[in-house]
Amino acid sequence: MSDTTTKVRASLKKRYAAEKRFRLYGVTAIAASIGFLFILLFSIVGKGLPAFKSTFVKLDVQLDSATLGISDEPTEAELRAANFGGLIKQTMRDRFPEVSSRGDKKALYQLLSTGAEYELYDKVKADRELLDSTISLWLPADDELSALIKSDADLSNPDSIVTRMSDKQIAWAKSLKDAGQLEVRFNRTFFTNGDSREPELAGIRAALMGSAFTLLITFALSFPIAVAAAIYLEEFAPQNRWTDIVEVNINNLAAVPSIVFGLLGLAVFINFFHLPRSAPVVGGIVLSLMTLPTIIISSRAALKAVPPSIREAARGLGASPLQVVTHHVLPLAMPGILTGTIIGLAQALGETAPLLMIGMVAFIVDIPASVTDAATVLPVQVFLWADSPERAFVEKTSAAIMVLLVFLVVMNALAVFLRKKFERRW
Amino acid sequence: MSATTLLLVTLGLALASFAYGRSRAYSVARLGGGVRSMHSLPSHYGMMVALWCALPALAIIVGWKLFEPSVVSGFLHDYIPQSVYDAGEKSVELYKNDIGNRVDSNAIADIQDPDKKIAAEQLASMRHISSLAMMVLALAAAIAGATLALKRIKADTRARHNVEKIVQFFLISCASIAILTTLGIVLSVLFESLRFFQEVSVIEFITGTTWSPQTAIRADQVGSSGSFGAVPLFMGTMLISFIAMVVAVPFGLMSAIYLAEYASRPVRSICKPLLEILAGIPTVVYGFFAALTVAPALRSFGATLGLSVSSESALAAGAVMGIMIIPFVSSLSDDVITAVPQAMRDGSYGLGATKSETIRKVVIPAALPGIVGGVLLAVSRAIGETMIVVMAAGLAANLTANPLEAVTTVTVQIVTLLTGDQEFDSAKTLAAFALGLMLFVVTLCLNVIALHVVRKYREQYE
Repeated sequence: MSDTTTKVRASLKKRYAAEKRFRLYGVTAIAASIGFLFILLFSIVGKGLPAFKSTFVKLDVQLDSATLGISDEPTEAELRAANFGGLIKQTMRDRFPEVSSRGDKKALYQLLSTGAEYELYDKVKADRELLDSTISLWLPADDELSALIKSDADLSNPDSIVTRMSDKQIAWAKSLKDAGQLEVRFNRTFFTNGDSREPELAGIRAALMGSAFTLLITFALSFPIAVAAAIYLEEFAPQNRWTDIVEVNINNLAAVPSIVFGLLGLAVFINFFHLPRSAPVVGGIVLSLMTLPTIIISSRAALKAVPPSIREAARGLGASPLQVVTHHVLPLAMPGILTGTIIGLAQALGETAPLLMIGMVAFIVDIPASVTDAATVLPVQVFLWADSPERAFVEKTSAAIMVLLVFLVVMNALAVFLRKKFERRW
Repeated sequence: MSATTLLLVTLGLALASFAYGRSRAYSVARLGGGVRSMHSLPSHYGMMVALWCALPALAIIVGWKLFEPSVVSGFLHDYIPQSVYDAGEKSVELYKNDIGNRVDSNAIADIQDPDKKIAAEQLASMRHISSLAMMVLALAAAIAGATLALKRIKADTRARHNVEKIVQFFLISCASIAILTTLGIVLSVLFESLRFFQEVSVIEFITGTTWSPQTAIRADQVGSSGSFGAVPLFMGTMLISFIAMVVAVPFGLMSAIYLAEYASRPVRSICKPLLEILAGIPTVVYGFFAALTVAPALRSFGATLGLSVSSESALAAGAVMGIMIIPFVSSLSDDVITAVPQAMRDGSYGLGATKSETIRKVVIPAALPGIVGGVLLAVSRAIGETMIVVMAAGLAANLTANPLEAVTTVTVQIVTLLTGDQEFDSAKTLAAFALGLMLFVVTLCLNVIALHVVRKYREQYE
């Protein structure tokens, strides 16, 4: 046996061990990365799930005109000014007649959400016949009580519960619960309301509509422009300096930090053109500038994938260059282009930073009805809620993130489906 | 008539003129011996008429809407009383805003101040006149354009060329929007930065070590001169980006190597999309995760070790940012690793190297330029990342290299400077644009270098 062979034999064990180690590093890296993904998702779903449920308190409300401070045939304005808050407090006092001191009464009222009186008002406004009758009504509970009930804590042992509520409040909650006057239901408010300072009344409807309007503008602007730019660059552009510059430019724009686009929007659209602040139209313009490079790049790839023989055949039959593109190349490339567009829009849907710059961080209670109304979008709503001190907003934030992620998953799944279904291999 | 209705009416007119132009072309063709005697297809003639109808009108509407607000507010200047001018530019803005709000909410009658009322009435009537004028002009242009084009429907009119030229022009202008965007970014950031540098010297901005952008709101305020030394921000940005890269590069690179060289097809087809999901999660979600899950966890973990970890530590923000960048590094490295020719691997195996030796000694050195390019792109991503640091890193401009302390970054400062209530011209808001300029220039340089390196590398093996 030669000297070298002996040496190699001797080192083999070590080398194989190194091989195994290296492989292990790779597996660890992947496992860890995917592990991070699952930790992230679990932590968000774990925090967010309770937000889809909310607690209601059943009260027998006696709609007494005298307590409400209105006449028998109240006018609209009279009804609006009516003392529904006082009526609800009265009802709570009647339910717990033993509560007498001022402080205790205040604590008692805190069990109900401040939104309860508006709910009552809406109910009466819709049906005047209810006045001077007694109705039994499910009213929203305060966020602390709601969290307590949802956590299934043992109410008879107040010391074991971590909450901001006092022992007395817990005792009242227990009495309500034992009487079957507490119920946990699906949280519809979360999907029908705008933002609110009260966690139990805050919802994502306004942000969802804002996102929809913004995305609509983004799509309407970026899709035609990007497709046109891609067609020009891929099919018509002569090979010269200008084309080179445009190409390099597009590649660079794709890597410019999104916040810089926000600065552009602020300086150009808001300060120079005086377009309305906080409006989806400006947000949409900024986001479409941001997503243009993404869509252009993927559209070019899709156009490039159409084989030249198609173009040559069409030209041979007498089609003009534009007809070749519009009648043959573009339809064949459309699935690829749409896939790229959806991915670009998904990116735009998750974008936050540039929208902060153009003032879409407003506190929006009203659901925006047009593209020029002040609005916010879902990711910005997440950002705003994440900053709120109330504990209940943590679960709201997580729930909003879950809704956002669902939309992103749907969009990406659609993109994958389009690719799988219509992609042609030539 | 609102702009939206006007747009719809214009589109309707365009559709009608298409139909009319086409039928007109058919009748012209019937007289002259069939469609074949015409230069173009009837639909080309219709298209020509439609374009001539819609384009001038659209141009008028868009231009009008863009410039109307500034022009109208310029006219308003004559109706603002001298006393408001004397009180400074800010009060003029306020005055105008108030008038605008009153007019928007149809509450002119409620205004007490007679001067203001006159101004508001003027504004309302100017807006009315402006929208009427826009409507008349746009419709006139649409009808004139369509009539002109209709007159040109003849056998020898080259309608297809006409249409295709317009479309071609549209395509070119769309492609140029990318250039315009870059130009817009450069100009807007540059102009505001120049104004900032008139107040604060460039040297102070780049080399100063104290950052406290509080400018005086009242002239007699104490201790509010404001200092704009951006070094702590640059250091903070670099610290967080460095931490991010320390997480992202090993994990990303090793994942890429495993996926490209070892993984079987089914494993690859599952793991790769899973990694891509990490890249698709919005950054605001990472920010929330960093601030509410990772930072408290690090803090309590540090406490068990006897370390004091700030609740807004650079480590939490950097680590989460690193996780976000993993798929970025891994997919770019994956591309370059798979682009290394198989012959090089086979040569190495032939000499008796094990797989890992081949990867370390042959594949990685060959792919290195591409990997470096990818890492540079990832660094530029990390520097420009905003939401994670806004939510998880602090506002305190500490000059420190300790990852357990709170630092602030360029992007965080841009957001905080521009989201508060500030007049637009103060040094404070202008500083945000100067920071934006730095950010843009640095990321642009990184991108240009990285794209160049990657492109050079690709050419090597093609």
